[in-house]
Amino acid sequence: MSRCLADRSIDHVVLERGEVANTWKTERWDSLRLLTPNWQCRLPGYAYSGDRPDDFMAVSELVAFIEAYAEEISAPVISQTTVESVRPAQTGYTVETDQGSWAARTVVLANGAFGKAHVPAIADSVPEAIRQLTPGEYRKPSELGTGGVLVVGASATGIQLAAEIQRSGRAVTIAVGEHVRLPRIYRGRDIQWWMDAAGVLDERYDEVDDIVRARKVPSPQLVGTSDRVTLDLNTLTDRGAKLVGRFAGVNDGNAQFSGSLRNVCALADLKQVRLLDRIDEWASEAGLDSEVDAPERFRETVIDDAPSLGLDLNSGEIETIVWATGFRPDYSWLDVPVLDRKGHIRHDGGVVDAPGMYLIGSTFLRRRKSSFIHGAGDDASDLADHLVGFLDDALS
Amino acid sequence: MSASESPVDNGVNVEALLGARQALTEMPAAGQFNWRATCSWVNGTHSKSTVEGFFGLGEEQKHRNTYTFEADHPEVFASEDNAATPVEIVLVGLTSCLTAGVAAVAQHRGIQLKSVDATIEGAMDIQGILGVDSDVRNGFSDIKVSYKIDADATEEELQALVAQSQKRSAVYDIVTNPTNVTVEVNN
Repeated sequence: MSRCLADRSIDHVVLERGEVANTWKTERWDSLRLLTPNWQCRLPGYAYSGDRPDDFMAVSELVAFIEAYAEEISAPVISQTTVESVRPAQTGYTVETDQGSWAARTVVLANGAFGKAHVPAIADSVPEAIRQLTPGEYRKPSELGTGGVLVVGASATGIQLAAEIQRSGRAVTIAVGEHVRLPRIYRGRDIQWWMDAAGVLDERYDEVDDIVRARKVPSPQLVGTSDRVTLDLNTLTDRGAKLVGRFAGVNDGNAQFSGSLRNVCALADLKQVRLLDRIDEWASEAGLDSEVDAPERFRETVIDDAPSLGLDLNSGEIETIVWATGFRPDYSWLDVPVLDRKGHIRHDGGVVDAPGMYLIGSTFLRRRKSSFIHGAGDDASDLADHLVGFLDDALS
Repeated sequence: MSASESPVDNGVNVEALLGARQALTEMPAAGQFNWRATCSWVNGTHSKSTVEGFFGLGEEQKHRNTYTFEADHPEVFASEDNAATPVEIVLVGLTSCLTAGVAAVAQHRGIQLKSVDATIEGAMDIQGILGVDSDVRNGFSDIKVSYKIDADATEEELQALVAQSQKRSAVYDIVTNPTNVTVEVNN
Protein backbone atom coordinates (compact mmCIF):
# COMPACT_ATOMS: atom_id res chain seq x y z
CA MET A 1 0.00 0.00 0.00
CA SER A 2 2.84 2.34 0.91
CA ARG A 3 4.40 1.72 -2.50
CA CYS A 4 1.10 2.41 -4.30
CA LEU A 5 0.54 5.60 -2.30
CA ALA A 6 4.10 6.76 -3.04
CA ASP A 7 3.53 6.06 -6.75
CA ARG A 8 0.56 8.43 -6.53
CA SER A 9 2.53 11.06 -4.59
CA ILE A 10 0.41 10.67 -1.46
CA ASP A 11 2.26 11.79 1.63
CA HIS A 12 1.96 9.05 4.25
CA VAL A 13 3.55 7.18 7.12
CA VAL A 14 3.47 3.49 8.04
CA LEU A 15 3.01 2.98 11.77
CA GLU A 16 4.53 -0.25 13.06
CA ARG A 17 4.16 -1.38 16.68
CA GLY A 18 7.45 -3.31 16.52
CA GLU A 19 9.73 -3.69 13.56
CA VAL A 20 8.97 -4.37 9.90
CA ALA A 21 7.40 -7.85 9.61
CA ASN A 22 6.76 -7.89 13.35
CA THR A 23 4.07 -10.58 13.52
CA TRP A 24 6.20 -12.88 11.39
CA LYS A 25 9.16 -12.31 13.68
CA THR A 26 7.46 -12.67 17.01
CA GLU A 27 4.17 -14.55 16.81
CA ARG A 28 4.73 -17.57 14.59
CA TRP A 29 6.11 -21.05 15.20
CA ASP A 30 9.67 -21.97 14.27
CA SER A 31 9.04 -24.35 11.38
CA LEU A 32 6.45 -22.22 9.59
CA ARG A 33 6.91 -21.75 5.87
CA LEU A 34 4.69 -19.91 3.43
CA LEU A 35 1.92 -21.91 1.75
CA THR A 36 2.66 -20.16 -1.54
CA PRO A 37 5.77 -21.05 -3.58
CA ASN A 38 8.62 -18.57 -3.86
CA TRP A 39 7.85 -17.65 -7.46
CA GLN A 40 4.49 -16.43 -6.27
CA CYS A 41 6.02 -13.99 -3.76
CA ARG A 42 5.35 -10.84 -5.71
CA LEU A 43 4.84 -7.35 -4.40
CA PRO A 44 4.27 -4.24 -6.52
CA GLY A 45 7.51 -3.78 -8.53
CA TYR A 46 9.28 -6.55 -6.63
CA ALA A 47 9.53 -10.32 -6.75
CA TYR A 48 11.47 -13.29 -5.46
CA SER A 49 14.73 -13.54 -7.39
CA GLY A 50 16.45 -16.52 -5.76
CA ASP A 51 17.28 -19.89 -7.29
CA ARG A 52 14.57 -21.95 -5.54
CA PRO A 53 11.38 -20.75 -7.23
CA ASP A 54 9.44 -23.92 -6.36
CA ASP A 55 10.43 -23.97 -2.69
CA PHE A 56 8.68 -22.20 0.16
CA MET A 57 10.11 -19.38 2.25
CA ALA A 58 10.81 -19.99 5.90
CA VAL A 59 9.73 -17.19 8.18
CA SER A 60 13.29 -15.86 8.42
CA GLU A 61 13.49 -15.63 4.62
CA LEU A 62 10.11 -13.94 4.43
CA VAL A 63 11.18 -11.41 7.05
CA ALA A 64 14.30 -10.66 4.97
CA PHE A 65 12.14 -10.40 1.84
CA ILE A 66 9.77 -7.91 3.44
CA GLU A 67 12.63 -5.92 5.01
CA ALA A 68 14.39 -5.72 1.65
CA TYR A 69 11.18 -4.50 0.05
CA ALA A 70 10.68 -1.80 2.71
CA GLU A 71 14.24 -0.69 1.98
CA GLU A 72 13.82 -0.84 -1.79
CA ILE A 73 10.73 1.35 -1.79
CA SER A 74 12.03 3.57 1.04
CA ALA A 75 8.78 3.00 2.91
CA PRO A 76 8.28 5.75 5.52
CA VAL A 77 8.02 3.25 8.37
CA ILE A 78 7.87 4.58 11.90
CA SER A 79 8.70 1.56 14.00
CA GLN A 80 8.28 0.85 17.72
CA THR A 81 5.08 2.88 17.61
CA THR A 82 1.88 1.26 18.83
CA VAL A 83 -1.42 2.72 17.70
CA GLU A 84 -3.60 3.11 20.78
CA SER A 85 -6.67 4.59 19.16
CA VAL A 86 -8.05 5.87 15.90
CA ARG A 87 -11.07 8.16 16.18
CA PRO A 88 -12.89 10.55 13.87
CA ALA A 89 -11.68 14.15 13.89
CA GLN A 90 -13.02 17.36 12.34
CA THR A 91 -11.24 16.40 9.16
CA GLY A 92 -10.20 12.81 8.87
CA TYR A 93 -8.94 10.96 11.91
CA THR A 94 -6.86 11.38 15.03
CA VAL A 95 -4.40 8.54 15.47
CA GLU A 96 -3.10 8.25 19.02
CA THR A 97 0.08 6.25 19.49
CA ASP A 98 2.42 5.61 22.39
CA GLN A 99 4.77 8.01 20.61
CA GLY A 100 2.38 10.93 20.15
CA SER A 101 -0.60 11.62 17.93
CA TRP A 102 -1.15 12.06 14.24
CA ALA A 103 -3.83 13.83 12.25
CA ALA A 104 -4.64 11.90 9.08
CA ARG A 105 -7.10 12.61 6.30
CA THR A 106 -7.20 8.95 5.47
CA VAL A 107 -6.35 5.78 7.35
CA VAL A 108 -5.52 2.35 5.93
CA LEU A 109 -6.08 -0.54 8.33
CA ALA A 110 -3.25 -2.91 7.47
CA ASN A 111 -2.86 -4.61 10.83
CA GLY A 112 -3.68 -7.99 9.39
CA ALA A 113 -6.50 -10.49 9.43
CA PHE A 114 -4.50 -12.93 11.55
CA GLY A 115 -3.55 -10.69 14.45
CA LYS A 116 -5.06 -12.60 17.35
CA ALA A 117 -5.38 -16.34 17.74
CA HIS A 118 -9.03 -17.15 18.33
CA VAL A 119 -9.83 -19.50 21.18
CA PRO A 120 -13.42 -20.70 21.65
CA ALA A 121 -15.23 -20.20 24.96
CA ILE A 122 -15.11 -23.92 25.82
CA ALA A 123 -11.40 -23.44 26.60
CA ASP A 124 -12.53 -21.98 29.94
CA SER A 125 -14.07 -25.34 30.89
CA VAL A 126 -10.89 -27.33 30.29
CA PRO A 127 -9.37 -28.68 33.54
CA GLU A 128 -6.54 -26.51 34.83
CA ALA A 129 -3.98 -29.31 34.77
CA ILE A 130 -4.02 -29.20 30.98
CA ARG A 131 -1.67 -26.74 29.31
CA GLN A 132 -3.40 -24.71 26.62
CA LEU A 133 -1.54 -22.96 23.80
CA THR A 134 -2.43 -20.87 20.80
CA PRO A 135 -0.41 -21.03 17.57
CA GLY A 136 0.89 -17.55 18.49
CA GLU A 137 2.47 -19.00 21.62
CA TYR A 138 3.54 -22.39 20.30
CA ARG A 139 7.11 -22.54 18.97
CA LYS A 140 8.20 -26.19 18.63
CA PRO A 141 7.30 -29.68 19.90
CA SER A 142 10.25 -29.89 22.30
CA GLU A 143 8.71 -27.09 24.37
CA LEU A 144 5.68 -29.28 25.07
CA GLY A 145 5.43 -31.95 27.73
CA THR A 146 5.90 -35.51 26.53
CA GLY A 147 2.23 -36.44 27.05
CA GLY A 148 -0.57 -36.56 24.50
CA VAL A 149 -1.53 -33.47 22.54
CA LEU A 150 -5.01 -32.53 21.37
CA VAL A 151 -4.81 -30.24 18.37
CA VAL A 152 -8.14 -28.50 17.87
CA GLY A 153 -8.68 -27.50 14.25
CA ALA A 154 -7.65 -29.12 10.96
CA SER A 155 -6.96 -26.20 8.69
CA ALA A 156 -3.46 -25.20 7.58
CA THR A 157 -2.22 -24.38 11.07
CA GLY A 158 -3.77 -27.35 12.87
CA ILE A 159 -2.63 -29.91 10.39
CA GLN A 160 0.93 -28.54 10.26
CA LEU A 161 1.31 -28.44 14.03
CA ALA A 162 -0.29 -31.88 14.40
CA ALA A 163 2.20 -33.29 11.89
CA GLU A 164 5.32 -31.93 13.57
CA ILE A 165 4.14 -32.73 17.08
CA GLN A 166 3.43 -36.26 15.96
CA ARG A 167 6.86 -36.55 14.32
CA SER A 168 8.36 -35.63 17.69
CA GLY A 169 6.93 -38.86 19.09
CA ARG A 170 4.01 -37.39 21.02
CA ALA A 171 0.57 -38.97 20.66
CA VAL A 172 -1.68 -36.64 18.68
CA THR A 173 -5.46 -36.39 18.56
CA ILE A 174 -6.87 -33.89 16.12
CA ALA A 175 -10.39 -32.45 16.45
CA VAL A 176 -11.71 -31.86 12.95
CA GLY A 177 -14.38 -29.35 12.00
CA GLU A 178 -15.07 -28.00 8.54
CA HIS A 179 -11.91 -27.74 6.49
CA VAL A 180 -10.61 -27.37 2.96
CA ARG A 181 -8.52 -30.15 1.48
CA LEU A 182 -5.99 -29.51 -1.30
CA PRO A 183 -3.14 -31.53 -2.82
CA ARG A 184 0.21 -29.73 -2.82
CA ILE A 185 1.08 -30.95 -6.31
CA TYR A 186 -1.56 -31.74 -8.92
CA ARG A 187 -0.72 -33.13 -12.37
CA GLY A 188 2.91 -32.22 -11.73
CA ARG A 189 2.34 -28.57 -10.86
CA ASP A 190 1.88 -26.76 -7.58
CA ILE A 191 -1.80 -26.30 -6.70
CA GLN A 192 -1.11 -22.58 -6.41
CA TRP A 193 0.13 -22.59 -9.99
CA TRP A 194 -3.20 -24.07 -11.11
CA MET A 195 -5.27 -21.67 -9.04
CA ASP A 196 -3.22 -18.75 -10.32
CA ALA A 197 -3.24 -19.83 -13.97
CA ALA A 198 -6.93 -20.81 -14.03
CA GLY A 199 -7.88 -17.44 -12.62
CA VAL A 200 -9.34 -18.83 -9.41
CA LEU A 201 -7.18 -16.52 -7.29
CA ASP A 202 -8.27 -13.49 -9.28
CA GLU A 203 -12.00 -14.04 -8.69
CA ARG A 204 -13.42 -10.79 -7.43
CA TYR A 205 -15.42 -10.24 -4.27
CA ASP A 206 -18.32 -8.79 -6.24
CA GLU A 207 -18.47 -11.79 -8.60
CA VAL A 208 -18.86 -14.69 -6.16
CA ASP A 209 -22.27 -15.95 -5.06
CA ASP A 210 -21.90 -15.46 -1.36
CA ILE A 211 -19.01 -13.25 -0.29
CA VAL A 212 -19.80 -13.54 3.43
CA ARG A 213 -19.35 -17.28 3.17
CA ALA A 214 -16.32 -17.02 0.87
CA ARG A 215 -14.57 -14.81 3.43
CA LYS A 216 -15.12 -17.43 6.11
CA VAL A 217 -13.48 -20.29 4.20
CA PRO A 218 -10.59 -21.54 6.33
CA SER A 219 -7.00 -21.79 5.06
CA PRO A 220 -6.64 -24.98 3.03
CA GLN A 221 -4.78 -27.97 4.42
CA LEU A 222 -1.41 -27.22 2.85
CA VAL A 223 2.17 -27.15 3.98
CA GLY A 224 5.13 -25.58 2.19
CA THR A 225 8.10 -27.94 2.34
CA SER A 226 11.02 -28.52 -0.02
CA ASP A 227 9.80 -32.03 -0.85
CA ARG A 228 6.42 -30.51 -1.83
CA VAL A 229 4.44 -33.20 -0.07
CA THR A 230 0.70 -33.18 0.41
CA LEU A 231 -0.32 -33.05 4.04
CA ASP A 232 -3.86 -34.16 4.73
CA LEU A 233 -5.76 -36.07 7.38
CA ASN A 234 -4.86 -39.39 5.74
CA THR A 235 -1.16 -38.53 6.09
CA LEU A 236 -1.70 -37.98 9.80
CA THR A 237 -3.82 -41.07 10.44
CA ASP A 238 -1.39 -43.23 8.43
CA ARG A 239 1.25 -42.20 10.97
CA GLY A 240 -1.02 -43.00 13.90
CA ALA A 241 -2.88 -39.78 14.72
CA LYS A 242 -6.41 -40.11 15.99
CA LEU A 243 -9.20 -38.12 14.39
CA VAL A 244 -12.20 -36.93 16.37
CA GLY A 245 -15.07 -34.59 15.49
CA ARG A 246 -15.27 -30.89 16.24
CA PHE A 247 -14.52 -30.08 19.90
CA ALA A 248 -18.09 -29.39 20.95
CA GLY A 249 -17.97 -29.06 24.72
CA VAL A 250 -16.58 -30.06 28.08
CA ASN A 251 -18.85 -31.79 30.56
CA ASP A 252 -17.48 -32.63 33.99
CA GLY A 253 -13.91 -32.83 32.69
CA ASN A 254 -14.93 -34.88 29.66
CA ALA A 255 -14.21 -33.41 26.25
CA GLN A 256 -17.14 -33.97 23.90
CA PHE A 257 -16.55 -34.33 20.19
CA SER A 258 -19.18 -33.92 17.52
CA GLY A 259 -20.52 -36.92 15.64
CA SER A 260 -20.19 -34.94 12.41
CA LEU A 261 -16.62 -36.05 11.58
CA ARG A 262 -17.73 -38.24 8.69
CA ASN A 263 -19.71 -35.45 7.08
CA VAL A 264 -17.14 -32.67 7.46
CA CYS A 265 -14.62 -34.98 5.80
CA ALA A 266 -17.11 -35.89 3.06
CA LEU A 267 -17.76 -32.19 2.42
CA ALA A 268 -14.02 -31.52 2.10
CA ASP A 269 -13.43 -34.57 -0.12
CA LEU A 270 -16.30 -33.60 -2.43
CA LYS A 271 -15.19 -29.98 -2.57
CA GLN A 272 -11.68 -31.04 -3.50
CA VAL A 273 -13.02 -33.18 -6.34
CA ARG A 274 -15.09 -30.23 -7.62
CA LEU A 275 -12.03 -27.98 -7.64
CA LEU A 276 -9.93 -30.61 -9.44
CA ASP A 277 -12.76 -31.11 -11.97
CA ARG A 278 -12.68 -27.38 -12.59
CA ILE A 279 -8.91 -27.42 -13.01
CA ASP A 280 -9.09 -30.37 -15.44
CA GLU A 281 -11.73 -28.62 -17.47
CA TRP A 282 -9.64 -25.46 -17.61
CA ALA A 283 -6.48 -27.44 -18.48
CA SER A 284 -8.24 -29.03 -21.46
CA GLU A 285 -9.59 -25.71 -22.66
CA ALA A 286 -6.14 -24.17 -22.30
CA GLY A 287 -4.64 -27.06 -24.31
CA LEU A 288 -2.40 -28.18 -21.46
CA ASP A 289 -3.36 -31.85 -21.34
CA SER A 290 -0.26 -32.97 -23.25
CA GLU A 291 2.09 -30.83 -21.15
CA VAL A 292 1.03 -31.90 -17.69
CA ASP A 293 0.51 -35.24 -15.98
CA ALA A 294 -2.78 -37.13 -16.24
CA PRO A 295 -5.66 -36.16 -13.96
CA GLU A 296 -5.84 -38.02 -10.68
CA ARG A 297 -8.18 -38.26 -7.73
CA PHE A 298 -7.03 -38.71 -4.17
CA ARG A 299 -7.96 -41.22 -1.53
CA GLU A 300 -11.10 -40.31 0.40
CA THR A 301 -10.45 -39.32 3.98
CA VAL A 302 -10.31 -42.49 6.03
CA ILE A 303 -12.47 -42.39 9.14
CA ASP A 304 -12.66 -45.07 11.83
CA ASP A 305 -15.93 -46.98 12.00
CA ALA A 306 -16.69 -45.40 15.35
CA PRO A 307 -14.63 -42.26 15.95
CA SER A 308 -14.31 -41.34 19.60
CA LEU A 309 -17.01 -38.97 20.87
CA GLY A 310 -15.46 -38.17 24.20
CA LEU A 311 -12.22 -38.08 26.12
CA ASP A 312 -11.60 -37.81 29.85
CA LEU A 313 -9.39 -34.74 30.20
CA ASN A 314 -8.48 -35.75 33.76
CA SER A 315 -7.16 -39.17 32.73
CA GLY A 316 -3.70 -37.87 31.80
CA GLU A 317 -4.07 -39.01 28.20
CA ILE A 318 -3.95 -35.39 27.07
CA GLU A 319 -1.32 -33.09 28.54
CA THR A 320 -1.54 -30.19 26.11
CA ILE A 321 -4.25 -28.63 23.96
CA VAL A 322 -3.24 -26.50 20.98
CA TRP A 323 -6.07 -24.29 19.77
CA ALA A 324 -5.63 -24.04 16.00
CA THR A 325 -9.08 -22.52 15.76
CA GLY A 326 -8.33 -19.61 13.54
CA PHE A 327 -7.17 -16.05 13.83
CA ARG A 328 -9.10 -12.82 14.12
CA PRO A 329 -8.07 -9.25 13.42
CA ASP A 330 -7.60 -7.03 16.47
CA TYR A 331 -9.60 -3.80 16.23
CA SER A 332 -9.66 -3.05 19.94
CA TRP A 333 -7.96 0.29 19.23
CA LEU A 334 -10.42 1.38 16.54
CA ASP A 335 -12.86 3.95 17.94
CA VAL A 336 -14.78 4.42 14.73
CA PRO A 337 -18.23 2.80 14.45
CA VAL A 338 -17.48 0.49 11.53
CA LEU A 339 -17.83 -2.93 13.14
CA ASP A 340 -20.94 -5.04 12.60
CA ARG A 341 -22.50 -7.11 15.40
CA LYS A 342 -20.08 -9.94 14.67
CA GLY A 343 -17.09 -7.61 15.02
CA HIS A 344 -16.31 -7.57 11.30
CA ILE A 345 -15.43 -4.32 9.55
CA ARG A 346 -18.20 -3.05 7.29
CA HIS A 347 -16.57 -2.43 3.95
CA ASP A 348 -17.03 -2.72 0.22
CA GLY A 349 -13.93 -4.42 -1.16
CA GLY A 350 -11.70 -2.63 1.34
CA VAL A 351 -13.46 0.75 1.14
CA VAL A 352 -14.58 0.97 4.77
CA ASP A 353 -17.94 2.38 5.75
CA ALA A 354 -16.30 5.55 7.12
CA PRO A 355 -15.01 8.35 4.89
CA GLY A 356 -11.36 8.00 3.95
CA MET A 357 -10.86 4.70 5.75
CA TYR A 358 -9.53 1.60 3.99
CA LEU A 359 -8.84 -2.01 4.87
CA ILE A 360 -6.20 -4.21 3.29
CA GLY A 361 -4.86 -7.74 3.73
CA SER A 362 -8.01 -9.50 4.89
CA THR A 363 -9.41 -12.72 3.47
CA PHE A 364 -11.07 -12.25 0.06
CA LEU A 365 -11.05 -8.47 0.52
CA ARG A 366 -11.31 -7.81 -3.21
CA ARG A 367 -10.03 -11.06 -4.69
CA ARG A 368 -9.61 -14.64 -3.60
CA LYS A 369 -5.86 -13.98 -3.31
CA SER A 370 -6.29 -10.88 -1.12
CA SER A 371 -4.78 -12.39 2.03
CA PHE A 372 -1.81 -13.90 0.16
CA ILE A 373 1.54 -12.11 -0.11
CA HIS A 374 1.03 -11.59 -3.84
CA GLY A 375 -2.63 -10.69 -3.40
CA ALA A 376 -1.88 -7.36 -1.78
CA GLY A 377 -0.56 -5.68 -4.91
CA ASP A 378 -3.73 -5.51 -7.00
CA ASP A 379 -5.85 -4.59 -3.97
CA ALA A 380 -3.42 -1.87 -2.91
CA SER A 381 -3.45 -0.40 -6.39
CA ASP A 382 -7.27 -0.35 -6.52
CA LEU A 383 -7.59 1.12 -3.04
CA ALA A 384 -4.86 3.71 -3.62
CA ASP A 385 -6.80 4.87 -6.69
CA HIS A 386 -9.93 5.16 -4.60
CA LEU A 387 -8.04 7.01 -1.87
CA VAL A 388 -6.67 9.52 -4.38
CA GLY A 389 -10.21 10.09 -5.68
CA PHE A 390 -11.46 10.58 -2.13
CA LEU A 391 -8.78 13.19 -1.40
CA ASP A 392 -9.46 14.96 -4.70
CA ASP A 393 -13.19 15.15 -3.87
CA ALA A 394 -12.52 16.26 -0.32
CA LEU A 395 -10.22 19.04 -1.47
CA SER A 396 -12.32 20.36 -4.33
CA MET B 1 -28.99 -27.77 -16.29
CA SER B 2 -29.48 -26.00 -19.59
CA ALA B 3 -31.81 -23.05 -19.83
CA SER B 4 -34.11 -24.80 -22.31
CA GLU B 5 -35.26 -27.38 -19.77
CA SER B 6 -38.32 -26.73 -17.68
CA PRO B 7 -37.65 -24.99 -14.38
CA VAL B 8 -36.81 -27.20 -11.42
CA ASP B 9 -39.69 -27.61 -9.00
CA ASN B 10 -39.22 -29.67 -5.85
CA GLY B 11 -42.02 -27.78 -4.13
CA VAL B 12 -39.55 -25.73 -2.10
CA ASN B 13 -39.82 -21.96 -2.15
CA VAL B 14 -36.11 -21.20 -2.20
CA GLU B 15 -36.64 -17.51 -2.91
CA ALA B 16 -38.66 -17.19 0.30
CA LEU B 17 -35.95 -19.02 2.26
CA LEU B 18 -33.21 -16.81 0.82
CA GLY B 19 -35.37 -13.77 1.54
CA ALA B 20 -35.74 -14.93 5.14
CA ARG B 21 -31.99 -15.40 5.39
CA GLN B 22 -31.40 -11.87 4.16
CA ALA B 23 -34.04 -10.46 6.52
CA LEU B 24 -32.56 -12.31 9.49
CA THR B 25 -29.04 -11.13 8.66
CA GLU B 26 -30.34 -7.59 9.04
CA MET B 27 -32.58 -8.35 12.05
CA PRO B 28 -31.01 -11.26 13.95
CA ALA B 29 -33.42 -11.02 16.90
CA ALA B 30 -36.23 -12.32 14.68
CA GLY B 31 -34.27 -15.54 14.34
CA GLN B 32 -34.92 -16.48 17.97
CA PHE B 33 -37.38 -19.37 17.87
CA ASN B 34 -38.84 -21.45 20.65
CA TRP B 35 -40.21 -24.86 19.73
CA ARG B 36 -42.64 -26.56 22.08
CA ALA B 37 -44.53 -29.75 22.69
CA THR B 38 -46.63 -31.02 25.55
CA CYS B 39 -46.73 -34.62 26.64
CA SER B 40 -49.27 -36.45 28.82
CA TRP B 41 -48.94 -39.89 30.27
CA VAL B 42 -51.70 -42.29 29.25
CA ASN B 43 -50.85 -45.58 30.91
CA GLY B 44 -47.79 -47.77 31.25
CA THR B 45 -45.18 -46.53 28.80
CA HIS B 46 -47.86 -45.03 26.56
CA SER B 47 -47.98 -41.24 26.20
CA LYS B 48 -49.57 -38.66 23.93
CA SER B 49 -47.81 -35.50 22.83
CA THR B 50 -49.23 -32.42 21.19
CA VAL B 51 -47.62 -29.78 19.06
CA GLU B 52 -49.54 -26.61 18.35
CA GLY B 53 -47.82 -23.28 18.84
CA PHE B 54 -44.27 -22.01 18.68
CA PHE B 55 -42.56 -18.66 18.98
CA GLY B 56 -40.65 -17.13 16.07
CA LEU B 57 -40.10 -14.00 13.97
CA GLY B 58 -40.75 -11.98 17.10
CA GLU B 59 -44.23 -13.32 17.85
CA GLU B 60 -46.34 -16.30 18.80
CA GLN B 61 -47.08 -18.59 15.84
CA LYS B 62 -49.56 -21.42 15.34
CA HIS B 63 -49.40 -24.52 13.16
CA ARG B 64 -52.24 -24.88 10.66
CA ASN B 65 -53.45 -27.85 12.71
CA THR B 66 -52.78 -29.36 16.08
CA TYR B 67 -50.58 -32.41 15.65
CA THR B 68 -50.51 -35.31 18.05
CA PHE B 69 -47.94 -38.03 18.48
CA GLU B 70 -48.27 -41.16 20.50
CA ALA B 71 -45.36 -43.11 21.87
CA ASP B 72 -45.06 -46.43 23.59
CA HIS B 73 -42.65 -49.32 23.93
CA PRO B 74 -42.87 -52.64 22.07
CA GLU B 75 -44.15 -55.91 23.46
CA VAL B 76 -40.61 -57.27 23.85
CA PHE B 77 -40.27 -54.65 26.60
CA ALA B 78 -43.46 -56.01 28.16
CA SER B 79 -45.34 -52.96 26.91
CA GLU B 80 -48.52 -52.70 24.89
CA ASP B 81 -46.94 -51.30 21.72
CA ASN B 82 -49.64 -48.70 21.14
CA ALA B 83 -47.24 -46.58 19.09
CA ALA B 84 -43.65 -46.10 17.95
CA THR B 85 -40.94 -45.92 20.60
CA PRO B 86 -39.46 -42.51 21.42
CA VAL B 87 -36.09 -43.54 19.94
CA GLU B 88 -37.82 -44.35 16.67
CA ILE B 89 -39.41 -40.91 16.76
CA VAL B 90 -35.90 -39.45 17.10
CA LEU B 91 -34.88 -41.39 13.98
CA VAL B 92 -37.99 -40.08 12.21
CA GLY B 93 -37.02 -36.56 13.26
CA LEU B 94 -33.50 -36.93 11.90
CA THR B 95 -34.43 -38.44 8.58
CA SER B 96 -37.34 -36.00 8.01
CA CYS B 97 -35.02 -33.11 8.68
CA LEU B 98 -32.34 -34.45 6.33
CA THR B 99 -34.89 -35.21 3.62
CA ALA B 100 -36.37 -31.71 3.84
CA GLY B 101 -32.80 -30.43 3.51
CA VAL B 102 -32.15 -32.60 0.46
CA ALA B 103 -35.19 -31.07 -1.27
CA ALA B 104 -34.27 -27.52 -0.35
CA VAL B 105 -30.63 -27.84 -1.36
CA ALA B 106 -31.63 -29.60 -4.60
CA GLN B 107 -34.02 -26.76 -5.43
CA HIS B 108 -31.30 -24.19 -4.73
CA ARG B 109 -28.82 -26.10 -6.91
CA GLY B 110 -31.26 -26.60 -9.76
CA ILE B 111 -31.57 -30.37 -9.33
CA GLN B 112 -35.01 -31.85 -10.15
CA LEU B 113 -35.87 -34.65 -7.75
CA LYS B 114 -38.07 -37.53 -8.88
CA SER B 115 -37.94 -39.61 -5.75
CA VAL B 116 -36.07 -39.56 -2.46
CA ASP B 117 -36.21 -42.52 -0.11
CA ALA B 118 -34.24 -42.95 3.05
CA THR B 119 -33.78 -45.81 5.44
CA ILE B 120 -32.49 -44.94 8.87
CA GLU B 121 -31.18 -47.35 11.46
CA GLY B 122 -29.97 -46.69 14.97
CA ALA B 123 -27.89 -49.28 16.77
CA MET B 124 -28.38 -49.56 20.52
CA ASP B 125 -27.18 -51.84 23.26
CA ILE B 126 -30.08 -51.93 25.73
CA GLN B 127 -27.78 -53.02 28.53
CA GLY B 128 -27.40 -49.26 28.97
CA ILE B 129 -31.04 -48.39 29.65
CA LEU B 130 -31.57 -51.52 31.70
CA GLY B 131 -28.62 -50.63 33.91
CA VAL B 132 -26.90 -53.96 33.23
CA ASP B 133 -23.60 -52.38 32.26
CA SER B 134 -22.82 -48.80 33.29
CA ASP B 135 -20.14 -48.55 30.59
CA VAL B 136 -22.81 -48.83 27.90
CA ARG B 137 -24.52 -45.57 27.03
CA ASN B 138 -28.30 -45.32 26.96
CA GLY B 139 -28.50 -43.80 23.52
CA PHE B 140 -27.61 -44.94 20.05
CA SER B 141 -24.08 -46.19 19.53
CA ASP B 142 -24.36 -45.50 15.83
CA ILE B 143 -26.89 -44.13 13.35
CA LYS B 144 -26.87 -44.97 9.65
CA VAL B 145 -28.97 -43.27 7.01
CA SER B 146 -29.11 -44.66 3.51
CA TYR B 147 -30.61 -42.61 0.67
CA LYS B 148 -31.93 -43.72 -2.69
CA ILE B 149 -32.38 -40.63 -4.83
CA ASP B 150 -33.72 -40.50 -8.37
CA ALA B 151 -32.86 -37.09 -9.79
CA ASP B 152 -31.39 -35.29 -12.78
CA ALA B 153 -27.92 -35.20 -11.27
CA THR B 154 -24.59 -37.00 -11.22
CA GLU B 155 -23.60 -39.35 -8.42
CA GLU B 156 -21.19 -36.70 -7.12
CA GLU B 157 -23.88 -34.03 -7.11
CA LEU B 158 -26.11 -36.34 -5.08
CA GLN B 159 -23.28 -37.02 -2.61
CA ALA B 160 -22.80 -33.28 -2.25
CA LEU B 161 -26.55 -32.78 -1.82
CA VAL B 162 -26.70 -35.21 1.07
CA ALA B 163 -23.53 -33.75 2.63
CA GLN B 164 -24.86 -30.20 2.46
CA SER B 165 -28.18 -31.31 3.90
CA GLN B 166 -26.36 -32.68 6.97
CA LYS B 167 -24.40 -29.46 7.27
CA ARG B 168 -27.60 -27.41 7.44
CA SER B 169 -29.78 -29.80 9.44
CA ALA B 170 -31.02 -28.86 12.92
CA VAL B 171 -31.76 -32.43 14.00
CA TYR B 172 -28.39 -33.64 12.67
CA ASP B 173 -26.75 -30.99 14.86
CA ILE B 174 -28.93 -31.96 17.84
CA VAL B 175 -27.98 -35.61 17.46
CA THR B 176 -24.27 -35.10 16.81
CA ASN B 177 -23.52 -32.37 19.37
CA PRO B 178 -24.17 -32.00 23.08
CA THR B 179 -27.08 -29.85 24.25
CA ASN B 180 -27.75 -28.63 27.79
CA VAL B 181 -31.00 -30.12 29.06
CA THR B 182 -32.85 -28.98 32.18
CA VAL B 183 -35.78 -31.00 33.52
CA GLU B 184 -37.80 -29.61 36.44
CA VAL B 185 -40.99 -30.35 38.30
CA ASN B 186 -43.25 -27.29 38.37
CA ASN B 187 -46.49 -28.26 40.10
